[in-house]
Amino acid sequence: MNGSSLRNVFWRRFKKNRLAVAGGVIVLVLFFVAIFAPLISPYDPNDIDRKHVLEAPGIKHPFGTDDLGRDILSRMIWGARISLSVGFVAVGIATIIGMIAGALAGYYGGWADRIIMRFIDIMLTIPTFFLILAVIAFIGAGIWNIMIVIGITSWMGVARLVRAEFLSIKQREYVLAARAVGASDFRIIFRHIMINSMSPVLVSAILGIAGAVLVESALSFLGIGIQPPTPSWGNILTLGKDNIEIAWWLSVYPGLAILITVLGYNLLGEGIRDSIDPRLWDTERR
Amino acid sequence: MELLRVESLTKYFGAKKIFGARQGTLKAVDGIDFSIHKDKVMALVGESGCGKSTVARLALNLIKPTSGTVLFRGRNIFGFNRTEMKAFRKSVQIIFQDPFASLNPRRTIYATISEPLVIHNLVPRSSMRDVVVDIFGRVGLAADIMNRYPHEFSGGQRQRICIARALAVSPELIVADEPLSALDVSIQAQILNLLQELKEQTKISFLFISHDLRVVKYFSDAVGVMYLGRIVEYAKTDELFETPLHPYTEILLACVPEIRAGGEGTPQRTALKGEVPSPINIPAGCPFHPRCPKRFEPCDKIIPLLQEQKGRLVSCHLLKQPEQL
Repeated sequence: MNGSSLRNVFWRRFKKNRLAVAGGVIVLVLFFVAIFAPLISPYDPNDIDRKHVLEAPGIKHPFGTDDLGRDILSRMIWGARISLSVGFVAVGIATIIGMIAGALAGYYGGWADRIIMRFIDIMLTIPTFFLILAVIAFIGAGIWNIMIVIGITSWMGVARLVRAEFLSIKQREYVLAARAVGASDFRIIFRHIMINSMSPVLVSAILGIAGAVLVESALSFLGIGIQPPTPSWGNILTLGKDNIEIAWWLSVYPGLAILITVLGYNLLGEGIRDSIDPRLWDTERR
Repeated sequence: MELLRVESLTKYFGAKKIFGARQGTLKAVDGIDFSIHKDKVMALVGESGCGKSTVARLALNLIKPTSGTVLFRGRNIFGFNRTEMKAFRKSVQIIFQDPFASLNPRRTIYATISEPLVIHNLVPRSSMRDVVVDIFGRVGLAADIMNRYPHEFSGGQRQRICIARALAVSPELIVADEPLSALDVSIQAQILNLLQELKEQTKISFLFISHDLRVVKYFSDAVGVMYLGRIVEYAKTDELFETPLHPYTEILLACVPEIRAGGEGTPQRTALKGEVPSPINIPAGCPFHPRCPKRFEPCDKIIPLLQEQKGRLVSCHLLKQPEQL
């Protein structure tokens, strides 16, 4: 209907990039697995079967069983849900905080800009992972705590991106025209500038999900993330570490799942970034 | 009736200190005065970089002046509170030079045109569509383009859309900042005719900024000639084109290409020598003296003021009586 040629150009470039398409497929498959977990997992992830403890991968249990006889494939399928929801919610929180902070700094400039940017500099000097460890140790583990803590420690990159976009877009004539027409600051920020600064934010959000998935797995591996019996790739890996000499499948399969997920999001994110090269906007203009 | 009055307006850029070193000051607008009357078109002409666009932005309070004021119906627009500002925004609109940069690429034409109506609460939601179609009709656009995006249009159509946005609030004054110079010549004529029609139908006043003297002659009632942030001559359009008094105006007029009937020989042309000096480093005395063919003794020392000479406002030492020097 609106036949946007920019969108067509984007698709053409994206489809040519095979790695990006592969990343997109991985992400779609993960989505599918996470959404339909109850339907596709062969066993209940928490069913304990004392007769089949630490069984090697076979026909009944394709990925083997753990020390309580639970089916690893089922636990990983449910774990995909946890990983993806932590990834999405944490990045969602980070993106919202980052967009608001970046918009205020970029649009108003002056003191607001200086205070926000110095605060970002301070946040960036703190090693994020240790900050998360400390905060989780203090407020306790739990899926919501993890999402929130990851979110509020990873918004700085988004804020910088959005600020840079705002600095350039607020000088454009269509923003001046909106002000001349009587639009309020709120309206100009959200209806005129924000929608034009979304592409880099989208890319950074997709790349951010990969990071959040890694952090969640690491926290769960250390035992302060998702608490058993709730399955997560990270806490399956912990079991793998404890039984590394007798049950390789406890380490290999969740490890591969994390690897593929992170790879998938990175390939997709970078593919999108390359396809929305900002110079395109100019060549399409006239 | 006087609608807009500009009083000793100045705008300097980049006067900031960086690491203690004082940077040069760019004097974009350096003390100008003029006024626009109801139903009239006032034109500002000058070479690029003489501060015309800065004046346009100042006149709409899109940027703050370094000093001086702009009065709208006798009241200082830089002192308006929120409500007064909103009323002012409804009364004065702007059309920009580049129609490719002045429409939001991610908003549909409908969203762009209806926005002023929504902001000023001028039309109930139920009849919004009809009103927008009506505005489209006035600028010669078809109603079926409403859900399209700006990149699907040509420059002329985009400029029509920009004019439609300016018209939406039924303003009293439109500041047109070189509305034709980004367009093809054939399209320029169409847009100029559209502006002419609107002026006749709606009694909107214009501040018309241009460097095209032929357009100014056709469209405006009074002309201010700008050079390096100052007005060097201000007169009624007919008088200015009949007898330019300032040497700069004279040369500008001589540069306008004309088509003459018959072969009466090519008229003598005095082309402007050299470039416009940088507004960071304005020459002492009369800013025009390094390029002026008629300069004499006081020109590089004393800044000529815009004074009444022969019944018109000119800033040039040449026209003064000997005792004034």
